Amino acid sequence: MARITSSVYTSHVPAIGAALDTGKTQEPYWQPVFRGYEFSKQWLKDNPPDVIFLVFNDHATAFSLEMIPTFAIGTAAEYAVADEGWGPRPVPKVIGHPELASHIAQSVIQDDFDLTIVNKMDVDHGLTVPLSLMCGQPTAWPCPVIPFAVNVVQYPVPSGRRCYNLGKAIRKAVESYDAPLNVQIWGTGGMSHQLQGPRAGLINKVFDNNFLDRLIADPDGLAGVPHIDYVREAGSEGIELVMWLIARGAMSDVTGGAPPRVLHRFYHVPASNTAVGHLILENA
Amino acid sequence: MSLDKPYLDVPGTTIFDAEQSRKGYWLNQFCMSLMKPENRARFKAGERAYLDEWAMSEEQKQAVLARDLNRCIAAGGNIYFLAKIGATDGKSFQQMAGSMTGMSEEQYRNMMIAGGRSVEGNRSLGDKR
Repeated sequence: MARITSSVYTSHVPAIGAALDTGKTQEPYWQPVFRGYEFSKQWLKDNPPDVIFLVFNDHATAFSLEMIPTFAIGTAAEYAVADEGWGPRPVPKVIGHPELASHIAQSVIQDDFDLTIVNKMDVDHGLTVPLSLMCGQPTAWPCPVIPFAVNVVQYPVPSGRRCYNLGKAIRKAVESYDAPLNVQIWGTGGMSHQLQGPRAGLINKVFDNNFLDRLIADPDGLAGVPHIDYVREAGSEGIELVMWLIARGAMSDVTGGAPPRVLHRFYHVPASNTAVGHLILENA
Repeated sequence: MSLDKPYLDVPGTTIFDAEQSRKGYWLNQFCMSLMKPENRARFKAGERAYLDEWAMSEEQKQAVLARDLNRCIAAGGNIYFLAKIGATDGKSFQQMAGSMTGMSEEQYRNMMIAGGRSVEGNRSLGDKR
């Protein structure tokens, strides 16, 4: 059977992608950000997954206001890298895993999560920046990726509880797949940031570090935090953090296993407008 | 019975909910059209004429022409859509975000390097007073 071996959490700030693509990683402003991922790149090389299930959000790229799916799973064979207005990022196209993705869609929908199934989707920085942070600048990404897009643009976004429970259903789906695949689940976005209005630039280190603590040790309690707390404390765009709860809900301790091992934890302010947070948890 | 919108008292913040989205539909769809290079070129060649092709309100058009992102957001715009205007103008996301705060580009950048805007006094309108 397939199994989820570990989960990775990271911010997906577009300026990080731009810094990589334009060779600015050694500048003093960016050095501390990329240093925080050195362990992670080596770890991913040493522990290559067969598939990455990547939870992210589209930023008015593939989905305009014509359609706003709350949860969308990509079941395509491949995904083009989007032009978000500055030209497409110079990174490899994303190869999908249609068989596993379709299997997960069927299982999760039968578990009462009404996913939208997407067979054509250009992927934006929400998906490609985490891959760049974890893989560097390869000519091809190391394995197939299943993109899982969550609406966090138009309010109301799904609740933390809903996301956490969805993670449980995703793990159940993966474990019922009849091939011995090593699957990682990544939750991306956040941490505190606000990109709009006179309150733009909001950062809350106390909230963010408390979120990391609870994500590790009290995910069930953290899932109960209401939207308004994210908006007030972590900024209007900080609400992206609910996506981390999908990945966390897919870890085996939530249904009675041993607590996961914390392999890496990193936090840095700022990257452009945003606090960067990053965690790697491995199932015990 | 009305909907619960506790986020209305967060200062300096407009939550892009269903009501804002309805109000800003054509403004945001205009922004979306700037994802295509040929549309960016046409917009740059004649902004007013390009805007007049869209079923936008006069206020929305004026807000875009003035590049006043706070006004665009009040008229139903969402920052991820409005960012396409900034991209067309060659602006970074930090320049766009900073433009809404009343700070200079340098002041805003320095605030971020110093750890960002504090949440203290910024949680709610009551907090602010």
